Amino acid sequence: MTTLPTSTAKKLGLVIDLDTCVGCHACVISCKGWNTENYGAPLSDQDPYGGAGSGTFLNRVHSYEIQPPDLGVGAAPAQLVHFPKSCLHCEDAPCVTVCPTGASYKRVEDGIVLVNEQDCIGCGLCAWACPYGAREMDVEEKVMKKCTLCVDRIYNENLPEIDREPACVRTCPSNARHFGDFADPDSNVSVLTRERGGMDLMPEMGTKPVNKYLPPRPKDQSQREEVDVLAPFLEPVATEVTGFLGWLDKALDAMPGSSKTEGKN
Amino acid sequence: MHPAPSVILFSTLSGLGFGLLAFLGLGMPSPTGWVAFVFFAIAYLLAVGGLIASTFHLGHPERAYKAFTQWRSSWLSREAICAVAALLTMALYGFGAVFLGTHWTLIGVIGAILSVGTVFTTAMIYTQMTTVPRWHNITTPAMFLSICIAGGALLAGQVSLAMPLLALAGIAQMAHWVLGDKALANSGTTIGTATGLGARGAVRAFEPPHTGTNYLLKEFVYVIGRKHAAKLRIVAIVLMVALPLALLLLSSSHIIGGLAVISHLVGVFAARWLFFAEAEHVVGLYYGKR
Repeated sequence: MTTLPTSTAKKLGLVIDLDTCVGCHACVISCKGWNTENYGAPLSDQDPYGGAGSGTFLNRVHSYEIQPPDLGVGAAPAQLVHFPKSCLHCEDAPCVTVCPTGASYKRVEDGIVLVNEQDCIGCGLCAWACPYGAREMDVEEKVMKKCTLCVDRIYNENLPEIDREPACVRTCPSNARHFGDFADPDSNVSVLTRERGGMDLMPEMGTKPVNKYLPPRPKDQSQREEVDVLAPFLEPVATEVTGFLGWLDKALDAMPGSSKTEGKN
Repeated sequence: MHPAPSVILFSTLSGLGFGLLAFLGLGMPSPTGWVAFVFFAIAYLLAVGGLIASTFHLGHPERAYKAFTQWRSSWLSREAICAVAALLTMALYGFGAVFLGTHWTLIGVIGAILSVGTVFTTAMIYTQMTTVPRWHNITTPAMFLSICIAGGALLAGQVSLAMPLLALAGIAQMAHWVLGDKALANSGTTIGTATGLGARGAVRAFEPPHTGTNYLLKEFVYVIGRKHAAKLRIVAIVLMVALPLALLLLSSSHIIGGLAVISHLVGVFAARWLFFAEAEHVVGLYYGKR
């Protein structure tokens, strides 16, 4: 049934640290790689070597600029935030309840939201219902694709234990992605969320996302008052050039062909 | 939202077909024999034709039968069940009217309820979408239902009923536009809440995830038609309501009535195109497109 479970034993999900993400897109590529070769239909590309390439991705990295407000002392510098976005495995997943065939479901044992591709009719309604753009219809297979939280990795005993986490988490070179059980208050993800003020995306949608985002730490505000404490030491010592260099400067200025307006520098 | 022709055709034609079926079920009119056959044939062509058109947007129409299973949570599943139930019930009623010359009132009333119910379930598929604030309000079912009933009355030849119902449909459609234009702003969802970064300052989409387009942009961030939206709204309301009303006031002959139906249908088609083309899905916020 596409009705949602009232509660799940575990709440597996991700914590994404917007402070440390460097926007390298390695998670995008490892996700595409793993999920093309494993669970379900491959993630197809259309016109991949042509001029108008597009394809199915379960994880995409946006970049946003935040311009802090001017509080009367001059605006702080703008901040760039890289923003990976994939399925948030919501507790109240609207994508699941709209599914007419029962292809979409939320697992009772760990809360992962999955699509049974054999039952998917490709109506696209679940993608309409998702505010986050986490679901994409594969143009080739005509079924809905979404993040599986690498369900075929995290329980896979054929893999070394270190690899039993989602491909995006495993590959992240800046440790901006963390995988764990939010139902356990002492898990790494629960602690991170608590300590760093982990937040929900679009909380007003009432989807109760499991995945949390750690906000970027505020930028150093020193530029507001003083550009740099070392700046006074870098003031030019001599404003008028004298001695040999002064003579050379004047001599070169006097030579034909030099720009009169440039002057000394 | 991407205005898929199959879905627009479906909601326009089926809406009118189920509206006619509802009036036939209520015995307005209550023809028998050949006249009944023609009425039911028109109603079924519209309703079933629309339903068939709607399967064209499915990726796997061969699995469509599975859509009858999830009525407990899914409006799309309820729509499928309600549509089939309405068509079967009205087929029974129509059989009585065409071949036996009798009208089984109870079956007709049940069929009429199911017919209008089908249009209601269609409307609810859109209304339930919190992700599309323009649709997520009472004007969506009000508009779908009033247009279905007005079109049904028009096609069923119930002129005295059709005129006030058309006016009502026009009001519902305009209410949907007026309320819809403010819906996204009133929803409180912005790029700030979408990214969770709004409290830190003004958030601007700096760089999209890909240089090319993708499914999300094609399906949810449709913007092409907006520049003509105001003109199209006027065209839609004139063809859907004003012209049919003027024609009905002029005369109630079959030809004039036919012209009124065609004008109405084209108007609804334009309005439904706008219903999708103007709808802003909140996922566009992530792409800085709202």
